[in-house]
Amino acid sequence: MRVQLFVPQDTTALALGADAVAMAIAKGITSRGLDIDVVRNGSRGMFWLEPLVELKTAAGRVAFGSVNVTDVESVLDAVERCVAGEEANCPLFLGASESIDYLAKQQRLTFKRSGIGDPLCLKNYQKLHGFKGLEKALTMSGQQIVDEVKTSGLRGRGGAAFPAGIKWQTVLNAPAEQKYIVCNADEGDSGTFADRLLMESDPYQLIEGMVIAGLAVGANQGYIYLRSEYPVAHNIMNQAIDNATKAGFLGKNIGDSGSDFFLEVRLGAGAYICGEETSLLESLEGKRGMVRAKPPLPAIEGLFGMPTVVNNVLTLGAVASILGEGATKYKDFGMGRSRGTLAVQLAGNIKRGGLIELAFGVTLRQIVDDFGAGTFSGRPIKAIQMGGPLGAFLPESQWDTPLDYEAFAAIKAMIGHGGIVVFDDTADMAAQARFAMEFCVVESCGKCTPCRIGSTRGVEVIDRIVSNQERDNNLILLHELCDTMELGSLCAMGGMTPFPVRSALTYFEEDFGLSSRGDH
Amino acid sequence: MDQSNYINDLVEQFKTLPGGMLPLLHAIKHKVGHIPESAIDPIAKGLNLSRAEVHGVISFYHDFNTQPKGRNIVQICRAEACQSMGSRHIETHAKQSLGIDYGEVTNDGLLTLEPVYCLGNCACSPSVRINDDIHARVDSERFDQLIVDLKKQDSRLLEGDL
Ligand SMILES: Cc1cc2nc3c(=O)[nH]c(=O)nc-3n(C[C@H](O)[C@H](O)[C@H](O)COP(=O)(O)O)c2cc1C
Ligand code: SF4
Ligand code: FES
Repeated sequence: MRVQLFVPQDTTALALGADAVAMAIAKGITSRGLDIDVVRNGSRGMFWLEPLVELKTAAGRVAFGSVNVTDVESVLDAVERCVAGEEANCPLFLGASESIDYLAKQQRLTFKRSGIGDPLCLKNYQKLHGFKGLEKALTMSGQQIVDEVKTSGLRGRGGAAFPAGIKWQTVLNAPAEQKYIVCNADEGDSGTFADRLLMESDPYQLIEGMVIAGLAVGANQGYIYLRSEYPVAHNIMNQAIDNATKAGFLGKNIGDSGSDFFLEVRLGAGAYICGEETSLLESLEGKRGMVRAKPPLPAIEGLFGMPTVVNNVLTLGAVASILGEGATKYKDFGMGRSRGTLAVQLAGNIKRGGLIELAFGVTLRQIVDDFGAGTFSGRPIKAIQMGGPLGAFLPESQWDTPLDYEAFAAIKAMIGHGGIVVFDDTADMAAQARFAMEFCVVESCGKCTPCRIGSTRGVEVIDRIVSNQERDNNLILLHELCDTMELGSLCAMGGMTPFPVRSALTYFEEDFGLSSRGDH
Repeated sequence: MDQSNYINDLVEQFKTLPGGMLPLLHAIKHKVGHIPESAIDPIAKGLNLSRAEVHGVISFYHDFNTQPKGRNIVQICRAEACQSMGSRHIETHAKQSLGIDYGEVTNDGLLTLEPVYCLGNCACSPSVRINDDIHARVDSERFDQLIVDLKKQDSRLLEGDL
């Protein structure tokens, strides 16, 4: 076999200089006269080690990281030694890639292929069991596919955790000339990047999941609504769709089944609220992204008024492996009503940030300690925000909560899309609470007064509390404002912005200038 | 080809696409850098909407703007993960060193500075996007270096234009 060197090309690797590293490696290979191919792969999701350069020889795959341009010559020396069967003898040498603790401890189902090869190579995708789910689906009826998804226990990974199979059943049952599959790739939560990683590292899996969804409910048109903040994913997804169409996995008469499925990427335009499914549909229709009242559910009256499946990237990705490997295998992971694996995204002030796919049930503390190895700054952790900008700030007393939708709901927190943002003890939680309100001002669709106006008032009231103007009265006002937002908002933007605000106030009152009253 | 011609061409190209408004606006932005006022009429006509409706869509989205922008777009991420790694300092530094606030263009037309809420690079924050390139672990010094590099690249492009 040919010796290969892999240099990732996902957004984070690129943002850390992977292109320059790849160029230096190519140059070094030429000047040394080595017989080695350079492959641009996706990322394994161990972002703290990016750019992670991997060497594949007949003896297996080994890794070096983080590799900077200035390290390239010494890495190539080590590569030559490895190829000759000698010790690597290089400070950046990490040993066998898959034995790296961070990766070895994970349970990768959706991300099993991530970073292994060129994300656009169809042959590679098939070699790694790609399109196995589609092959099976092509032999099944729509109802059988929906039943399989129901059996898996899969719940939506976009945030609301609604059972995917039940949503699909509704769309399957809705009689209509035209139905749609819409993939929600708006991934707006800070601290999340799993959708991006999947699209950049294993785009065919998303395509496969969407075709399966189309076969299941009888839809022949799909859209991926992708945020414009993801130029790399945009480029890769478009190429993947082209390749898949040419190879007959998309388009007319897929696999000679008589079924068609057409797929298009549509770019968002920098609006967080367009991640909310009805706002997303309005936006796809070319309108302002104003949230729609429900009912009617998108499953009954969705895109252009037609029955529509709206699912997150990871939900649709999981479907491919559920069909491929069997629903029971998927269901065997997890706890309670949270089945399968969760793509935890560890971010913020953390030493070892990255993607961690694990069965539900692991605790936050295990994630930040065992995987994260503490903060990037080396200072103590003060707060963890899970579930994006609408998620609560959790103090240490809550880090032993298992990652399970119900367990998190019980402490007024949420798993959401699985993002974890870590703050060290220099963080000012009053400033974070103010930011939560400010974010709501910037991103509210404007339909409900409590959300549109309440958030602006919220910023002012927090400012007055912090600067000690009529503090007690303003505290009461802030709580009333939060109540109004929670009760009077049409969607979670206005309805949950109070969560980070209230948690900051409850657990970190000293940051608001309040003396600790010892009453909690 | 002058501006009104290619706007008409783009309208023709997208007007029959279901939900073609955003793709059309992106295409115009890609060509011109912003959505010129002169584009509103042809868009409204082509898509069978009122001018007010077209304006309504443009004003809803942070990506679209009827004001001309700088030759380059520099975005600083101000979402939570980047904040936890000190992005607030970079914001202050950038505004000060460039002498502009968010949404403004530098005097030389080099760049528009914009806020952005997450670039999906949150494990290696703080993040900055310059045109289509995203940069990780940016501090004030690195920010200055990125701007120096951008200036060099920009003047090469300008010379190439002459
Ligand atoms: C303010 C707001 C923002 C949201 N952003 C996203 C998002 O970026 N991505 C996503 O998949 N779901 C997002 N959701 C959830 C969607 O409304 C919807 O539940 C989801 O797309 C359904 O897919 P799933 O069942 O596969 O999770 C958001 C919801 C709200 C209220
Ligand atoms: S809560 Fe806010 S974002 Fe949601 S519909 Fe109301 S105004 Fe729009
Ligand atoms: S929060 Fe800045 S990149 Fe995600």
